[in-house]
Amino acid sequence: MTSLYETLRDRIRSNEPVALVTVVDGPNVGAKLLIRPGQPALGTLGDDELDRIVGRDALAELEAATTGVRHYGPRGETTPEDLIDTDTVAVFVESFAPPPQMWIFGAVDFTAALAKVAKMLGYRVTVCDAREVFATKRRFPMADEVLVSWPGRLFSERGESLGPRDAVCVLTHDSKFDVPAVMGAIGTSVGYIGVMGSRKTHDKRMERLAEAGLTEPDQIERLMSPIGLDIGARTPEETAISICAEIISRRTGRQSPSLRDGAGAIHS
Amino acid sequence: MRDILDDIERWRHDGRRIAVARVVDVEGSGPRDPGASMAVSEDGEVAGSVSGGCVEGAVVGEALRILHGDQRPRLVTFGYSDDDAFAVGLTCGGTIHLFIEPLDW
Repeated sequence: MTSLYETLRDRIRSNEPVALVTVVDGPNVGAKLLIRPGQPALGTLGDDELDRIVGRDALAELEAATTGVRHYGPRGETTPEDLIDTDTVAVFVESFAPPPQMWIFGAVDFTAALAKVAKMLGYRVTVCDAREVFATKRRFPMADEVLVSWPGRLFSERGESLGPRDAVCVLTHDSKFDVPAVMGAIGTSVGYIGVMGSRKTHDKRMERLAEAGLTEPDQIERLMSPIGLDIGARTPEETAISICAEIISRRTGRQSPSLRDGAGAIHS
Repeated sequence: MRDILDDIERWRHDGRRIAVARVVDVEGSGPRDPGASMAVSEDGEVAGSVSGGCVEGAVVGEALRILHGDQRPRLVTFGYSDDDAFAVGLTCGGTIHLFIEPLDW
């Protein structure tokens, strides 16, 4: 008989989504429910109705990759009036969502440094370039996969898998490649789109993107171009930090100086 | 839990009993988010962390008491000034709530 822990362990290791619900206060402290999308829950918190309601909420938490404490009545009641004068159950919902993805377009020196920092932050990293001499696993051993492909193909095959936690970084500097990569990314719900280049490259690229149909201000607003925070980064490694710091600050909503929102030379 | 699985597996393989402490809630400034976890084997080996090193020592003591049956699995709070709280605090001034239990499920 496989224990709850062993099922949890196996799903975490195989990057399959799973949420562990634990009663941390109230009746049945320590009771557990293991939530797997598309499969029946395992374990029990001690009441069928509580299991059903908490299971539903935990599935939503798992989809959003959030973790935290929720409070219920002993039979899953959630409205405040139902919780007056009753013992409440505090459950800890811990989501183990698959790692966020970072797709990096362009197999250049900056790519290796960015892949390294992204791995440190827990991303599953895909490097994509159409030139097979550059897009090799040997040059990017830290990447989870290195694809020789055109951006359009990758987005049509797997664009749907990108969501708000994920990032697309376009480092090619080559309009043959970066225009389709940006257009592909805009067509997904990916949370971060960054595009590398000097301000001159950026201006030319925006013209080409407009020709390709990128004219909606809401869509243009999604582009972080030039990519990165304005921290004066110069080397590939420093630039990787500037890019990842921008991704973090966009996620947390903190005001940090993005290169996009400034003017003048990027390297002074 | 993800980062402490290898240690947990090694201890399980040796037949050692294990307690797990997880951060379930953080108020104010806290060094680690909910989900940060730490495991303690019955002979006092430690994997992972739940703060920046401020409360780990106290967590080991609590985990061992739970493994020895001297304490029930429970929520413990660090950083409060009320009576329920442990004497050790967080240098960052925040409060963290941990759930500590044996890994027997």
